[in-house]
Amino acid sequence: MNEIVIKQNLAPNVWLMGIYSPQVAKKAKPGQFVILRVTENGERIPLTIADFDNEKGIVYIIFQVVGKTTSLLSQLNPGDRIIDFVGPLGMPYEHSPEDKDYLFIAGGLGIPAIFSKVKMLHSEGKNIDIIIGGRSKENIFFEDELKKYCNNLYISTNDGSYGKKGFVTDILKELLESGRRYDEIFAVGPVPMMKAVVDITKRFSIKTLVSLNPIMVDGTGMCGGCRVKIGNEVKFACVDGPIFNGFEVDFDGLMKRNSYYQDVENISYKEHKCKIGLGE
Amino acid sequence: MQNWIGGVEKLDVLKRVPIKEQEPIERIHNFDEVCLGYTPDEAAREAQRCLECKNAPCVKGCPVEVKIPEFIRLIKEKKFKESYLKILETNLLPAICGRVCPQETQCEQNCVRGIKGEPIAIGKLERFVADWFRQNCEFEFSKPQPNGRKVAIIGSGPAGLSCASSLAKMGYEVTIFEAFHKLGGVLYYGIPEFRLPKEVVEWEIENLKKMGVEFRTNMIFGKTFDLEDLKQEGFDAVFISSGAGLPNFLNIEGELLNGIYSANEFLTRINLMKAYKFPEYDTPIKLGKKVGVIGGGNVAMDAARVARRLGSDVYILYRRTEAEMPARKEEIMHAKEEGIKIVELVSPVRFIGDESGHVRALELVKMKLSDPDSSGRRSVKPVDGSNFVFEADNFIVAIGQSPNPLVKKAIPDLELNPNGSIKVDENLMTNIEGVFAGGDIVTGAATVILAMGMGKKAAESIDRYLNAKKHENL
Repeated sequence: MNEIVIKQNLAPNVWLMGIYSPQVAKKAKPGQFVILRVTENGERIPLTIADFDNEKGIVYIIFQVVGKTTSLLSQLNPGDRIIDFVGPLGMPYEHSPEDKDYLFIAGGLGIPAIFSKVKMLHSEGKNIDIIIGGRSKENIFFEDELKKYCNNLYISTNDGSYGKKGFVTDILKELLESGRRYDEIFAVGPVPMMKAVVDITKRFSIKTLVSLNPIMVDGTGMCGGCRVKIGNEVKFACVDGPIFNGFEVDFDGLMKRNSYYQDVENISYKEHKCKIGLGE
Repeated sequence: MQNWIGGVEKLDVLKRVPIKEQEPIERIHNFDEVCLGYTPDEAAREAQRCLECKNAPCVKGCPVEVKIPEFIRLIKEKKFKESYLKILETNLLPAICGRVCPQETQCEQNCVRGIKGEPIAIGKLERFVADWFRQNCEFEFSKPQPNGRKVAIIGSGPAGLSCASSLAKMGYEVTIFEAFHKLGGVLYYGIPEFRLPKEVVEWEIENLKKMGVEFRTNMIFGKTFDLEDLKQEGFDAVFISSGAGLPNFLNIEGELLNGIYSANEFLTRINLMKAYKFPEYDTPIKLGKKVGVIGGGNVAMDAARVARRLGSDVYILYRRTEAEMPARKEEIMHAKEEGIKIVELVSPVRFIGDESGHVRALELVKMKLSDPDSSGRRSVKPVDGSNFVFEADNFIVAIGQSPNPLVKKAIPDLELNPNGSIKVDENLMTNIEGVFAGGDIVTGAATVILAMGMGKKAAESIDRYLNAKKHENL
């Protein structure tokens, strides 16, 4: 159980892992996430379920090394076990059967959050466009995988080294301003990106969903660490979300909450890097 | 206090044999247990005070009816192992109960010695016996003949553990499903080490494993598995004891500011994730110089005392007075000894933050107590125009928990009470046949021992139910 069966480097510091966890694979649905712990002294971190294979009992995650825990995770190899791997958590991404046209927008590490849903909607014969974006060409991954399941794949890089120079929102704006319309838009990525997407789609009154990434501890609704303001209500992203109506999300509040532990996280990561000889 | 005659301490039957505790000045710098427990001699002396009443009112005050005079007599005779085994007949978790039960409102409240003097220190004696056994003996258990039936228990908190132990003794094959990576529920993530060392919890759970109880961690009911899965795995009955884990918030302005924790989050980071050992442990916690804890129950005391141990100056903000606090008197006393200040008769109005989104203060309104009503309860109401600002770096909200809503999502047909707790009949069976429930998910946030009592009762009901069903099938 929880054995790593596949490990693949997708981009600098970005890894794909397949984990043998039949119980999670059996119940997983697009939009859900897992919580995992890498060592006995480790913290619990949430990661989106990028894909799942019920028959083989494998759950796929894609993560970027951003701190100590993801660094420790990236050092594991096929055959190693993840000590705690729990899920699937959160509410699945539900879509209305009558909707036909979808636009998925994934900035940075947003791809794992859209992949399984894209596959599912493709199998139902929906029209799907996708915009993915990254800092630079080397940060773009999964291009070929996504192409299999969509009509159009648009790519942007901040430095213009691949695809269109700029942000995913530049492409979004162009599409909408040229008259392209969608029944539903799903955006996932850094909070400022999601906020920027919503600012645009609001003008065109297109239903827009976002997947939020607040700080979590248990992931089962018992602590409220992940609370976010949605409309006038406080919701727990781990049980009520992580997917919410983008027009109702208080993105500024979320950004502030996400930055709370940044200083101590840096301490933890720095100490870890010193120990494994990667000191800056 | 004590009389000394020829070097032999004479027992004052009206007074308890005092128990050693870590000095407040030391203990605010560590998470070690505050109460150090009796020595064998002290325990035997305290036991001498027991009158061994025939009708034993103390037993009636115990939700699991521990055979109190009998185990205490065995302490008098210094037969500590036998004493432990006597307690075990009705309570499998004495090291825990002896520490966290509110004995003053249960067994000890009924103690005849308490009429004139101090009641027997039943809790401390129970704890002594369990600790002595843990340090000196190996837990042995002769497994009963398996009866071939399987019961699933959801949640490894006090209710689930006690239900499991009762069923295991009857020969059931029991599996406990736990959502967290550690076992014990609130015993692990809620109650801090200085009140209940985790090695004690782990030891009691190891004993359950020796009785054949199987534990599966990282299993979330309604997410990882559901009733259908349990049926397919051949379970004959289910006991839901998933607790009241949903934290209540105040629903006032500013509650999403950084630096405001639910007590659940704060205590989970500390107890389950050991954030007080950061960066040796990876989970962080951040606490400033001055901390306000909102609430007056045991959870508020635990949170306040943890915050004190992290070096903060701690204030408990409570809407009634200390006399009305639902926390155990012993815990309030411990908190005060540790330098925690209690601000009475105040109620939160709104949190005030700074530009960066961090909380800086809480606006409070002063409250006034009314005269007791017909039920003897005093209500409070705000004093108009008495608002004032209480500055602090962090706030911890400890105003209670509600039943976990995941269960209802998992079983849509399940009948609930208006407050969200699970509706059960006198046998603790829910409206779904073969599915029983107990503990905080039925009562709302209550005590460890009440949950254990319900776990035990549910085990008896499950046994009756399955026996009756067997006869039907014949």
